[in-house]
Amino acid sequence: MPNLKIDNVNKFYGDVHAVKDLSIDVPAGEFVVLVGPSGCGKSTLLRSIAGLEEISDGDIVLGDRSIANLAPRDRNIAMVFQSYALYPYLSVYENIAFGLRARKASDDEIKKQVDWASELLDIGDYLKRFPRELSGGQRQRVAIGRAIVRNADLFLFDEPLSNLDAKLRDGMREEIKRLHTKLGKTFVYVTHDQIEAMTLADRIVLLRDGVIEQIGAPLDLFERPKNIFVAGFLGSPPMNFMDVDVTEHGTSMALPDGQILSLAGTKISGKIKDGAYTWGVRSEHLSKITETKNTVRAVIDVLQPTGSRTYGTFFLGDCHVVSELEAHDVSKEGEILHLAVAIDRTSFFDPETGSAINS
Amino acid sequence: MKQWDQGARLWARVFCAMIVTLFFVFPIYWLGAISFKTAEEIFAYPPVWIPANFNFHNYFVLFRDGEAWSIWNSFVTASISTLFAMFFGTIAAYSLVRYKTGGNHLGIWIISQRMIPPICVVFPVFLLFVAWDIVDTYTGLIVLYTAFNLPYVIWMMRGYIQEIPLELEQSALVDGLTRWAVLWKVVMPMAKSGLFATAVFTFIFAWNDFLFALILSRSDVVTFPVKVTGYFGAQSSLWSKVGALSMLGVLPMIFVVGTMQRFIVRGISMGAVKG
Repeated sequence: MPNLKIDNVNKFYGDVHAVKDLSIDVPAGEFVVLVGPSGCGKSTLLRSIAGLEEISDGDIVLGDRSIANLAPRDRNIAMVFQSYALYPYLSVYENIAFGLRARKASDDEIKKQVDWASELLDIGDYLKRFPRELSGGQRQRVAIGRAIVRNADLFLFDEPLSNLDAKLRDGMREEIKRLHTKLGKTFVYVTHDQIEAMTLADRIVLLRDGVIEQIGAPLDLFERPKNIFVAGFLGSPPMNFMDVDVTEHGTSMALPDGQILSLAGTKISGKIKDGAYTWGVRSEHLSKITETKNTVRAVIDVLQPTGSRTYGTFFLGDCHVVSELEAHDVSKEGEILHLAVAIDRTSFFDPETGSAINS
Repeated sequence: MKQWDQGARLWARVFCAMIVTLFFVFPIYWLGAISFKTAEEIFAYPPVWIPANFNFHNYFVLFRDGEAWSIWNSFVTASISTLFAMFFGTIAAYSLVRYKTGGNHLGIWIISQRMIPPICVVFPVFLLFVAWDIVDTYTGLIVLYTAFNLPYVIWMMRGYIQEIPLELEQSALVDGLTRWAVLWKVVMPMAKSGLFATAVFTFIFAWNDFLFALILSRSDVVTFPVKVTGYFGAQSSLWSKVGALSMLGVLPMIFVVGTMQRFIVRGISMGAVKG
């Protein structure tokens, strides 16, 4: 099974530079997720790999052959589309067999492959039906089935779950991950949903405006974001950002509303230069304690119980902050809490460039 | 009270529908009746509404004298030109839609060709056909009908093809099909209703055409509308032949539209919205 190498790829649409000098190495068998806000170039890149878009510059190499100038059918790639792209005039069986027939497989071979895929995806009972008689989730399985029956070198997924409702999406996510483990093939998966990216990926490629913001394992990106954009994109609720002033040789900092937190005893204590920073705190880094020493005093503005956890919103000066509390930590709006901060897990960013300060 | 209202409205609607139906069906009935009537019945006054017996004599005469052959001429020219127009028109429409051939305006330009009144071009075409020596041949009429129907086919098929989701074609391309195979295995089945509806209208146009057939045929390839008109004379008209040959010309159309009705209705409603 070959690896995928995207080598300095550029894509222009007229004057718009959609993909900017992008390089990614995908080892064989890896599950890579391309994620980013709409217009970041992730779909363009995926479609370029499939051959549905021509790249303006650069190369795409699968194994030892360059596929950048090949027709889609010669690339030996399988793709699952957002709209499922099932043929309404063909039965489920024929839909799955479509790619095999296009490649002139024998009837026996087709039957063997379709049976294998339909069993794997649990759609064996629907083979005689037509796509219009299936639910969204079943259609999605058929679309995946059509992709996996062919012995493709690479599997591409273009936002395959975004047409499904939330509950179904969770289930399918798990199945796609299991499928990847079973097949052991290389998957390149595009989504705008950071949860999908986090849960599925061996490696996330986070894109913005056609460039890679950060590439790495999900938890790497989550815990050690390279810049404010990455930090803000991953995680739900999104990371809280506030302007702070570090003083006293990096041992103390002032929050936007004037409260002072001591940095003594933390990893960055004394290592960070005095000055203004953007401080990134995830909601789960704040927790209620009974002590008041070195805590953030918060007057809860809005409460949002989710059952297992409760989101409590408060303001520090003008800065809106979300904290994730235990379900019964707080009972009503207006309550005053003292929140301890896991400062070692928070991030400091340069307010000018947005890049993370390494401590 | 409300119940009664609805019932009354339904009956009123049925009544109106009957009137309209009668209005359209009666001429066809009258034509059929004439074709079975004897000469006396045709000219009788007050008119004979129902012929005394089904008299196939008029049809017999048409076949005996070989005049029914004009139906065959119509059939050959209409069906072959429809096949050509559908084939080239669909390919051209696909190119317009998926390859943006000619930008946004080529489509409009093509349909504008259809808006030229036939009378404007019929004499230049006649002279051209004389030069090519294809006047009064199947080839001549087939070429002409194909050319005249192409804009219509391209325009209609363009609408139908635009409605096919792009991802279906892209999926087929990735799955291993060539562009031609995509056209055949994805576009054709997806546009099936539109394809049939367009073909029926194309066929009807050629079948009904009188002007071109009159100018471009002499004696060998006379189509049935021209033949029928020939029965009207300055002194007298051959009403029995008019009735019989017209029935022979109308019946295939009723059959075609009747069997294709499902596709025609779906095809029209599918393509009409977009242009």
